[in-house]
Amino acid sequence: MIRERYQAGDGYLYRLDARVKVVLTLLLIVGVMLTPERAWPAYPLLWALLGSLAVISRLSAWRLTRLGGLALPFTLAAAALPFTMPGHPLIALAGLTVSDTGLARFLSILLKSWLAVQAALLLALTTPFTDLLWALASLHLPETLIAIIGFMYRYLYTLSDEAQRLLRARASRSARLPDQRAGGGLIWRARSAGGMVGSLFLRSYERSERVYAAMLSRGYAGRIRSLDPLPLTGKALLDGALPICVLILIESAALLWWAK
Amino acid sequence: MNGSANTIEVEQLSYRYPDGTQALENVSLRIAAGERVALVGPNGGGKSTLMLHLNGVLRSASARIVIAGMPLNDQNLGKIRAAVGLVFQNPDDQLFSPLVYGDVAFGPLHMGLPESEVRARVERALTAVGLTSFAERVSHHLSVGEKKRVALATVLSMEPSILVLDEPSAGLDPRGRRELIDLLRTFDQHTLLISTHDMRLANDLCARLIVLDQGRVVADGRTSDLIHDAALMEAHGLESPP
Repeated sequence: MIRERYQAGDGYLYRLDARVKVVLTLLLIVGVMLTPERAWPAYPLLWALLGSLAVISRLSAWRLTRLGGLALPFTLAAAALPFTMPGHPLIALAGLTVSDTGLARFLSILLKSWLAVQAALLLALTTPFTDLLWALASLHLPETLIAIIGFMYRYLYTLSDEAQRLLRARASRSARLPDQRAGGGLIWRARSAGGMVGSLFLRSYERSERVYAAMLSRGYAGRIRSLDPLPLTGKALLDGALPICVLILIESAALLWWAK
Repeated sequence: MNGSANTIEVEQLSYRYPDGTQALENVSLRIAAGERVALVGPNGGGKSTLMLHLNGVLRSASARIVIAGMPLNDQNLGKIRAAVGLVFQNPDDQLFSPLVYGDVAFGPLHMGLPESEVRARVERALTAVGLTSFAERVSHHLSVGEKKRVALATVLSMEPSILVLDEPSAGLDPRGRRELIDLLRTFDQHTLLISTHDMRLANDLCARLIVLDQGRVVADGRTSDLIHDAALMEAHGLESPP
């Protein structure tokens, strides 16, 4: 039902220290977002950077490009821009005018979201969730937040198994007699679905109390402690430097020349 | 450590849940160092509630509870939790960290031990349950039997002198159950209190049997005597092993 995107592999990003990888990903996303709107040559170059990161990590660049399409439905929010932004009219469509600035803004939002999602996917595809957790912790994300994300990850699977059992229990009692209308009305169905959600919530709530008791029993006193991670080596930093340099080059060019 | 280093003393323990259910009524018992005691009785008889009192997760104002020579109070709470290893019935409640290693390290870390000691204890605890290679495994992908063993390791790493296990064999297949009994048999340095419905496990492992029904201790004696008392077993919803 629920599965992780990460699959074990061997390649550049797989070997990169998780902390360096998180920072690299953030820089890639910020870089993509800061690209000036009309610096068109920057976009294929950024895409090539992400694609080559995928290739040297032995992932398919084409698959990454396709998965990046995940972002497209969200750009619908910007779909009105070409019609509403003031600027030189390009074409008139059924009484609406498409302006050049509006179209440029829309296209750059589309490309930026698509590229940013690819950068995030690179991280998710090459990093086990638990590595991501300690990487975020060692980058000083608040420990309570880390603990909450950790619990969510641990119990998401338990919860999904529980939901599956409830659905099975319902399916095995959803019998049908010949010549008899089965299944009840819409309201009845909605009520039974609501009952399942409620029961799932109660079970989780009760579980949380038992988990808390288990934490208390092992000495928890209000503060989550964790082992110190391995020290960050100079080599790990150096390994992450190359893509960052390329990113800086592309962005400088975009800001200095192409944005004109 | 003094002579009472791993004893359990409970006097006049009564407990009522917030919803009004009387879970325990005037329970008194004494378990000597090194004893292995089985706690049996029907569901809702008060076994789990009693266990949660032994390390102060549940507190009762009127009762006198002394663990390893220390009266249960706010000052001793931390030391008592380190002395009593409580393993919950459902390993999904006991194992709350994403990785096995993190769960086994949780206890020693929160006892404030230095990192090298924490790592050494995790190593020893995983060796004790025979799962050394499981440190980097993700908890939710383990089998029930493996989860139960890891759950045991999570308290062994705290090196408690008293082990309190809530239905350790529930949900295990016969082989898993057999392996668990063999494993528990190796813990000869610990005082063991095991709640169970598994009368064969009780008979194999524990010389002493306590029957708890409707919150009261209704029988306390030698396992070999009590389990052949058909009337007693019948009256409290239990079965004599074949």
